[in-house]
Amino acid sequence: MSSPTLPPSESFKFSMLLSDTRYRGMSLQVITFIIFMAVFFWLVDNTIKNLALLDKDVSFNFLWLRAGYDINQRLIPYTSDSTHGMAALVGILNTLLVAFVGCIIATVLGLFVGILRLSKNWIVAKLMSAYIEGFRNVPVLLWIVMVFALLTEFTPAPRAFKGAEPEATMLFFESVAITNRGTYFPAPVLAEGAYWLLLCFGLSIVAVIYFIRYANKQKKDTGKSLPTFWISVAVIIFPTLILFFAMGQPVSLEYPYLKGFNFKDGIHLRNSFLALTLALAFYTSAFIAEIVRAGIMAVSKGQSEAAASLGLRPNKIMSLIILPQALRIIVPPLISNYLNLTKNSSLAIAVGYMDVRGTLGGITLNQTGRELESMLLLMGFYLAVSLLISSFINYFNRSFQIVVR
Amino acid sequence: MMTKIAFVRKKEIPPSAPPITEVGLIGWLRQNLFSSWLNSILTVLSVYFIVVILWDFIPWAYGGHWNTKSLRECLDLDPDVACFSVLTARWKQLLFGLYPAEEYWRPTLTFIFLLLAIVPILFPRFFRFFWFSIIYPGLAVWLLWGGSFWSISIVYIGLTLGALFFLSLIRRYLKNYMVAAILAFLFTAVFLLFISNPLVGLLNVILPISLPFVESLKMGGFTLSLIVGVTGIVASFPIGILLALGRQSNLPVIKMICVGFIEFIRGVPLITLLFVASVLLNYFLPPGTNFDIVLRVVIMVTLFSAAYMAEVIRGGLAGLPLGQHEASASLGLTYWQSQRLIIMPQALKISIPGIVNTFIGLFKDTTLVSIISLRDPVGLASTIRADQKWNGIYWELYVAIGLMFFIFCWGMSQYSQYLERKLKTDK
Repeated sequence: MSSPTLPPSESFKFSMLLSDTRYRGMSLQVITFIIFMAVFFWLVDNTIKNLALLDKDVSFNFLWLRAGYDINQRLIPYTSDSTHGMAALVGILNTLLVAFVGCIIATVLGLFVGILRLSKNWIVAKLMSAYIEGFRNVPVLLWIVMVFALLTEFTPAPRAFKGAEPEATMLFFESVAITNRGTYFPAPVLAEGAYWLLLCFGLSIVAVIYFIRYANKQKKDTGKSLPTFWISVAVIIFPTLILFFAMGQPVSLEYPYLKGFNFKDGIHLRNSFLALTLALAFYTSAFIAEIVRAGIMAVSKGQSEAAASLGLRPNKIMSLIILPQALRIIVPPLISNYLNLTKNSSLAIAVGYMDVRGTLGGITLNQTGRELESMLLLMGFYLAVSLLISSFINYFNRSFQIVVR
Repeated sequence: MMTKIAFVRKKEIPPSAPPITEVGLIGWLRQNLFSSWLNSILTVLSVYFIVVILWDFIPWAYGGHWNTKSLRECLDLDPDVACFSVLTARWKQLLFGLYPAEEYWRPTLTFIFLLLAIVPILFPRFFRFFWFSIIYPGLAVWLLWGGSFWSISIVYIGLTLGALFFLSLIRRYLKNYMVAAILAFLFTAVFLLFISNPLVGLLNVILPISLPFVESLKMGGFTLSLIVGVTGIVASFPIGILLALGRQSNLPVIKMICVGFIEFIRGVPLITLLFVASVLLNYFLPPGTNFDIVLRVVIMVTLFSAAYMAEVIRGGLAGLPLGQHEASASLGLTYWQSQRLIIMPQALKISIPGIVNTFIGLFKDTTLVSIISLRDPVGLASTIRADQKWNGIYWELYVAIGLMFFIFCWGMSQYSQYLERKLKTDK
């Protein structure tokens, strides 16, 4: 009989650092770390030397100097006398505006196209796949310049609206003018008391949120479901509407009108903004459509069959069984597509839209010669947005994903 | 008691034909286009839409002029049709950029070779020609940029010698792969740094084979898109796999570096990276270095799509059941063996659609180089439109460029669907 014995303990040899699995990981990490730090310091050292050669320093003081250039679209007060920092801020807001509007349009279009692509109607399904393939397989930069060309070349000049028998007319009861200088919408004008209206509107939304919570609780407790949708719509619309007329219509619309060779008043959306937003929205909607389709198809057929055998109606199957499961698959890639749209908005330069890359990373960079600092700030901005969004995705995944081992 | 049966059918009734509304063209129409009133409305709307588009597009494209000298002439002839003459006049530029006209055969040949080189990779039936895919990159670089044949082939010779050195080391002397790899790497580096130059000089004297040198800034058009796109695709795939493995690794330092790299690259737009390549890179390199702008762009595009590739492959790795890792470990496979034989084949299979989407995205993103004023097709379109003769032309150019990109990207997505079907093991 032999009893199991421990293997003789080996004495440590230097070669074990690379061959023994106990030490190999550690030595590999040390080597990697040394190489990484060496490369990093090499780059920093080069940068310091180069800056010394060019007689430059690293300083962000230029942000407080006068910018001296105009920005044609601004959401906050800005003149050419404002600072470079303000210019960067205007650019950031412009980027966020394009991203926000673009994401909304892209989501609506994408949902629409994605669901229609699953339609049993042959011709509609084919048309939608043509839409998706067309937008997905052509560079977004090309779409941006094409939409811009469409908006500037095929729309009438403002003076075409002039005269007793104009060549072009305004749309929607003389309220919207599409010209080659941009599109003019009526602008809401807030008179005295309009803030009460806004307050009322806000309160109705809060009320609806509480009502939906109550309805959900009711459904869980008793199994009875209330007509949530119609009640919510009514709560949102009617109090505000009644107040609007009761207070003597404190919000009015200011219509754009032709003065000289251009339109005055109203909201002016420049073609650069429209082209960028629409092209990005169309492009992204094609990706969103595919995500929606994949999400719906990923819910196995057994789920809807099981729901049907429990006696649920088709629309209930969709809203209670399919959509909650599909959303879990749809939402993370959907949000990362929002992120892509935001990053693609840096192509604004192709149509002359002044986003943050155009102000901070464009004119400011060229005027001050602060390439390093401007690019650092620019990348920092995009990184911050992206980390914010990806931490949201992670939060979503943690709270909604099915937990496996 | 038997009832009298007046009639018993001896033979089965032949099945009657289905109603005419359920089969054939009418049946198809009813089922697919007019199954409900909503569907009927959608069908009518779609048909109306298609007819309107084609009604405008077909006469415009079909009657287009191909042989005028300028846009003015086109408009004088007939302002309502396309003026494709711009393509007739400038197609060479759109394809080759400013490449010298007498050397056009070189990019053309490179492109034909490219098609030949990807066949063994795409279709396993032709795998025996894989050697051509290996020599292709060098061949392409030599054909496109020119210079001495030997200065490219010496790299191949060096790498081959290094590989042979590695193999002989582990066959005869050493058991440890890592040590052998490090030694072989040092050997190759020494060869390429110190021995190759005199050797190239010698070979140039003995057998001078060379092509006229063409500088990078002359490259443009689809040649440039393909150079950046194909190099990026080929290089980003292995880097992406390594990054994905690094991110899944349980060695904290390696994991941190990979996560940092991936999140940084994915967090910034490609444009800013290209700007770094064109403006800032000179800060980061030793004073006085200035290397090729196309190479810089290729490196940036590669790193960019490698980060996305890593995330796609990580998705594939996460999609594998944990049991696969555990099973391969319990079989006694080492880390690299289990990655190579068990994990990666399955993970890559799951992530094929994502991988190909990344490739397509990369190829489309090559148009962004026009923003740092390289002459890719989109950049050339603005150059052409700035020409007095073609000032004011839009659609003809954009449609042609868009079509070229569409063909490549759509081809890739069709291939990925074919591959998915072929590799599908569960029904």
